[in-house]
Amino acid sequence: MTVNDAPANQSRNRIPKAQPPSTKPKRSPVPYILTFVVCMLTWLVLSGKFDLFHLSLGVVSCAIVSFASGDMLFATKNPKRLPGQWLRFATYVPWLLYQIFRANMHVMRLVFHPRMMDLINPQMIKFNSRLTSEMARFVYANSITLTPGTITVYVSLYGGYTVHAIDDASAEGLPGEMEARVAAIFRE
Amino acid sequence: MGVYNLLVIFLLVSGLFFFFAGAVGILRFPDFYSRLHPAGKLDTMGLFTSMMAMALWVVHEWTLGAILTALKILLIVAFVFITSPTATHAIVDAGVRAGLLPWAKDSREDPT
Repeated sequence: MTVNDAPANQSRNRIPKAQPPSTKPKRSPVPYILTFVVCMLTWLVLSGKFDLFHLSLGVVSCAIVSFASGDMLFATKNPKRLPGQWLRFATYVPWLLYQIFRANMHVMRLVFHPRMMDLINPQMIKFNSRLTSEMARFVYANSITLTPGTITVYVSLYGGYTVHAIDDASAEGLPGEMEARVAAIFRE
Repeated sequence: MGVYNLLVIFLLVSGLFFFFAGAVGILRFPDFYSRLHPAGKLDTMGLFTSMMAMALWVVHEWTLGAILTALKILLIVAFVFITSPTATHAIVDAGVRAGLLPWAKDSREDPT
């Protein structure tokens, strides 16, 4: 028996402290149900078999997944606002696709332009966004990167965006209309 | 059927053209950061239009299996639209962390 064993034994035998009363509020089941529905839809599309055996396998595995990670996909403190957010996001997507298409045309013109080096003007721009929630900032940053001509380099903890823009026209559009639309989705 | 085929062919060819423009852009643009613009985005657009063409082509016979295949193709598009900006951001971030300065037109001007 070595000297080192003594304190270890001592701590093991110590009586555990009383746990403080749990103050965690009861979580709503809505995110779990939504996660289950999304998982199940993906399962149906990917499996393509609608007999009882495969459906029950899907239900069991989707239940396990939504139990284990149900608070990840719909991470929000207020589940009542979720349907509205998703509906507004669905109306945002076609507009984003249109912007992506327009900006793609712009970059393509640059790519094939004979005097490309005169037209482009790569620059780093910094601006502060008024978006506050993490999800809104994430959507906005990914939207910036998806529209060609601009790449989000860094988003600070306080909403400061660093964006690399390929030319002046791409840089002018920031923060602009896109930020207003993202803010409208999340009602900020 | 003729118009339908024409639409599919148009989408497929425009997808190929976007990919081609992306490749040319990678070769022509001056530095690491500006090359990522055509690499990350024109590819996404090319994938989007060519996948749309495939999904349309698959559902030309309206069966359950065909619709499921088309939905799977749409899932590919959705996943790429999430992962492509993330990957582009990761590459840019690696460049910034390694201390690579972006190429600027006026070299006297201090690039950020």
